[in-house]
Amino acid sequence: MQQGNKAAFKAMDKITKELTIPKLFYSQAKKYGKERVAMREKEFGIWRPFTWHDYLENVKHIALGLVSLGLEEGDKVAMIGDNRPEGLWAEMGTLCARGVGVWLFQDSLMNEVKYIIDHSDTKFIVGEGQEEVDKAISILHECPKLKKIIWDDPKGMRNYDQDCLISLKEVMRLGRELEKEKPDLFEELIGKGHGDDVALLFYTSGTTALPKGVLLSHYNMLTMGKNLMTVDPCKDTDDYVSYLPFAWIGEQMMSISCGLQIGYTLNFPESSETSQENIREIGPHVMFAPPRMYEQMTRTVQVKYLDAAWIKRKSFEIASWIGYHVADLKFGKKAIPFYWKILEWFAHILVQKKLKDHLGLSRVRNAYTGGAAMGPDHFRFFHSLGVNLKQIYGQTEVAGISVVHRNGDIKFDTVGHPIPETEVKITEEGEIITKSPSVFLGYYKNPEATAKTLQDGWLFSGDRGFIDEDKHIVVFDRTKDVMILKDGKPFAPQYLETRLKFSPYIKDSWVIGDQRDCITAVICIDYAVIGKWADTKKLTYTSYPELAQKPEVYDLIEEQIRKANKDLPELVKVIKFVNLYKELDADDDELTRTRKLRREFVGKKYEDIVNALYSNADGVHIDTTITYEDGRKTHIKTDLHIRKVKPF
Amino acid sequence: MSVSTDIKPGDVLLELDGLWMSFGKVCALDGISAKIKKGEIHSVIGPNGAGKTVMMNCISGLYHPQKGSIYYRGEKINHLKPHERATRGIARTFQKVEVFGGMTVLDNIRLGRHIHYKSGVLSGSLYLGKTAREEIEHRKFIEEEIIDLLEIEHIRHKPVGMLPYGLQKRVELGRAIALEPELLILDEPLAGLNLEEVEDMARFILDINQEKRWKITCLLVEHDMGVVMDLSDNVYVLNFGNMIVDGPPEEIQKNPEVIKAYLGEEDLYATRK
Repeated sequence: MQQGNKAAFKAMDKITKELTIPKLFYSQAKKYGKERVAMREKEFGIWRPFTWHDYLENVKHIALGLVSLGLEEGDKVAMIGDNRPEGLWAEMGTLCARGVGVWLFQDSLMNEVKYIIDHSDTKFIVGEGQEEVDKAISILHECPKLKKIIWDDPKGMRNYDQDCLISLKEVMRLGRELEKEKPDLFEELIGKGHGDDVALLFYTSGTTALPKGVLLSHYNMLTMGKNLMTVDPCKDTDDYVSYLPFAWIGEQMMSISCGLQIGYTLNFPESSETSQENIREIGPHVMFAPPRMYEQMTRTVQVKYLDAAWIKRKSFEIASWIGYHVADLKFGKKAIPFYWKILEWFAHILVQKKLKDHLGLSRVRNAYTGGAAMGPDHFRFFHSLGVNLKQIYGQTEVAGISVVHRNGDIKFDTVGHPIPETEVKITEEGEIITKSPSVFLGYYKNPEATAKTLQDGWLFSGDRGFIDEDKHIVVFDRTKDVMILKDGKPFAPQYLETRLKFSPYIKDSWVIGDQRDCITAVICIDYAVIGKWADTKKLTYTSYPELAQKPEVYDLIEEQIRKANKDLPELVKVIKFVNLYKELDADDDELTRTRKLRREFVGKKYEDIVNALYSNADGVHIDTTITYEDGRKTHIKTDLHIRKVKPF
Repeated sequence: MSVSTDIKPGDVLLELDGLWMSFGKVCALDGISAKIKKGEIHSVIGPNGAGKTVMMNCISGLYHPQKGSIYYRGEKINHLKPHERATRGIARTFQKVEVFGGMTVLDNIRLGRHIHYKSGVLSGSLYLGKTAREEIEHRKFIEEEIIDLLEIEHIRHKPVGMLPYGLQKRVELGRAIALEPELLILDEPLAGLNLEEVEDMARFILDINQEKRWKITCLLVEHDMGVVMDLSDNVYVLNFGNMIVDGPPEEIQKNPEVIKAYLGEEDLYATRK
C-alpha cells in the first residue's frame, strides 16, 4: 500500500526553487476545488467542512484585505490564538500577499508577546478574540511598528472601538472590494514569489536565553515536508488533527509543509479542552506530538486502570503482558512465533482495540514524537498497544525534522536515520550537525548567533549525540544538560526524569546532581491523580502545597521512585527527593512554552531547596511570593520535607 | 397599574409593593418595596437572614407573601404558580445548585427550553417531521447561544452530578437562560467558587445583561462585594426584613447605615466566604 503512495507522490511537482507555499496552495486548491474537504472545524457540536475552494476564497480575501490595509512585501504579520481555520487562513493570506508569518504561543505572557512583536517588526497582529486583543492593545504604545490589530471572534468585543482594531470580516470585505478593482492582483502576487523568499519568522522557545527569530524560506518548508512524506507517505484521503500550537514548528510541518503537498484533511477541535475527544471522533491517520501528549495518554490509561474493576484490570494486565512481549520481540528484530501472534490477536481484539479507540489511535499509521526526550517506558507502552510510535529529531532551524525512525527498524533509545537529502554528522566534539535543503536562512537581526550556528551550510545543533552500530542517530540531552557526578560519572538527567514521570502520580520531575556526589530529585505531584488517591484513602487536604507534604503522599512517591530506580546502576539512582509546593509552570519561566525544564533558572530559583537536599537537613522552610498570570501575587509560607529513598 | 406589553429599557419591569411575610413569629420580610428596571443589574445585599432568598422565592413563586403585591410588566402575579411566572419570562438559579445530577449537561439545558416546545406528548413520541425540525431548532439554539457562551463544550455529554461545583453552577445558569427570560434571578451565583470561576461567572453575567442577543435584566443576590459593586447598576440593601437603602453602588458604599449593618461587619462577611 505504501509503495503505491510513494509512486503517486513522485508524480507530483518537484520542489524547485521557483515553487512557493502560495503557488503550491493555489494549484492544490484549483485541483481539488469544491470536490474535496480541505479542513473541518468542530463548532457548535458539529464538524463543519471547508472545501479547498472555500479555503482559497477565504485566503484570497484575507490576502487582498491585508494588501489594502497596507501590507507590503516582507512585512511581518503575527498570529496568536487557538488552532482554528481562521488562523491558518490568516497565515496563508499573509504568505500569498508576500508577507512573512510569525506565530506566537497563545498562552504567552505580555512581556514575551512584546519582545517578539517588537523584535520581529510586526505590522499586523491577527488575534483570535478579546484575550489576544487585550494583550495586543497593552503593548501597542511600546511597539511603534504595529499598525493594526485584527480579531475574528466577536465574543466580549462589544465595547472595543479603538481605531487600531479591525475585524477579520472587515478585512475580508476590504479584500473583496480590492478584488473587484483588480481581479488579477491575487494571482499576480502569488506569481511574484520565489522559493528563497522568507516565509516564516519563528521564535525558538529558548531553554537558556531570549528567543531567537528563525528565518525559514518557502524552499526550506517545502523540501522538509517532501522528504518526510517520502519516508512515510500519506494519502489525500487521510485525516490529521491540528491541535498543537501553530507556534510550534512541528504543527507547521504537519499542517503546511506536509498537509499542502499531500492534501489531507486538517481537523480543528472545538476547544482545547475537547481535543482528546475530538481526536477520537476523527481517528487521525498520522499524528505528531511532543512527548508530554503521549505521557498524558499513558497517564490517562494508568489512572483508568487504577479505577477499573478487577476483571478489567486483569484483562488489561494480561493483554499488556502479551503486548510488551511481542513489542520486545519486534524491537529485537526477532521473528514472532505463531502462537504469540495468536495471543497478540486475542489481546488486540479483547483489550487493545478498544483502548486504542479511546485514545483516538485506532487508525494511526504513523505516530511521531519529538521536541524533547521521551522515556523508553512510554515508548514501549505504545508499541505494546500496537501503535507505530516513532521518534523524530529536528529543530526549528531545519523547518521541522531531519531524522526519523523507519518502519520495522525502531529502537527506543535512538531517533532513527536522516530523511532523504539530509546529511547528519557528528563533530569531533560530539555535536550533531546537519546539512539539508531545509536548513534555515539565519537568525533575524542576530548575525553573531547565525555565524555560530550556520557554518559552511552545516547547522550546528548544540545537541550531543553519536551514531550507533545500526547507523541510528542517538541524541543525548542538550550539551549543557549531560551532567557529571563529582566522581566523573556522567548521567543524563532527562532520562531519569522521564523514567520518574512514567508514574501516574508524578507530573513533573527535576533531577539534580551536576558536580555533586549523588543524585536527588524535586518532584511535582499530579494534583488530580494524587487528589483522587487521597480521597480513597480518606486523607483531607485543602490545597496543592498541603497535599504534597502529607507523609502518606511521601510514602507513595518514595515507592514510585524506588520502582524507577530498580534497574538503574547504583550510582545513578535517585537517593533523596522533595515534593515541591507548586507545579512547574511556563508562566513562572520554569519551563519553556513547549514544557522543557529551564534548569539554570530553576537551579537559581530553588537554590535553598537544592542546598537542603545536599545537606543533612530533613526539611526546608519556604517563604516566597508567587505571581499569577494576571499579575496578582500570593505569599506562600510552608515547610518542605526531605525524604531519603530506601534501597530496594 | 396597567398591563404593559411594550417595555423599554429603563421602564419598571418588576415592582414589589409592601411585601410582608413571616414564618411563625419570625418576620422575614417587613413590608418591602422595590422597583427593578428593564436592562439593569440590580443587586440585593444584606447580612445572613436578612430575607434575601425569601424575597427571591416570593418573586419566583416558591413562596406566597402574606401581604403586598408583586407586579411584573404591570401585571399582578401574586396568584401565579412558578411555571406560569416562568412562561411570562422570569427565570432563576438557586443558592445551592438545583440541577438534575443524573442527566447530562445538554439534557439539563434542554429542560430549560421546555416552555418553548410547541409539540405535545403524542407528536413527541412519534417524532415526525415537524417535531424533529423543532427539536433541531432548539438544539441549534442551545449549541450556538448557550454552550458557546458559557464555554461548556467539553462537558456537554457528561452527567451533571459528576462535574465540579463551579461547572454545575454554570450549567444551572445555562438552564435558566435557555428559557430566554426577560428577568433572571441569580441567587448567590458566586458562592463556593474559586477565584477563576468567580471571574468567569461575572463575565457571563455581564454578557447576558449587555450582549445584544440577550439583554436580560438581572436580579442578583450576592455576598462578594467586589463583584456586586463592579457589576450592579443599583444595589438594594436589606436588613432583617427591612430595606435600608436602594441606589447606585457609589451611594451604597458611602451610606453610614449600610456600613453599620453590613459592610462593616468584616467577620460576618468573612464567614460566608
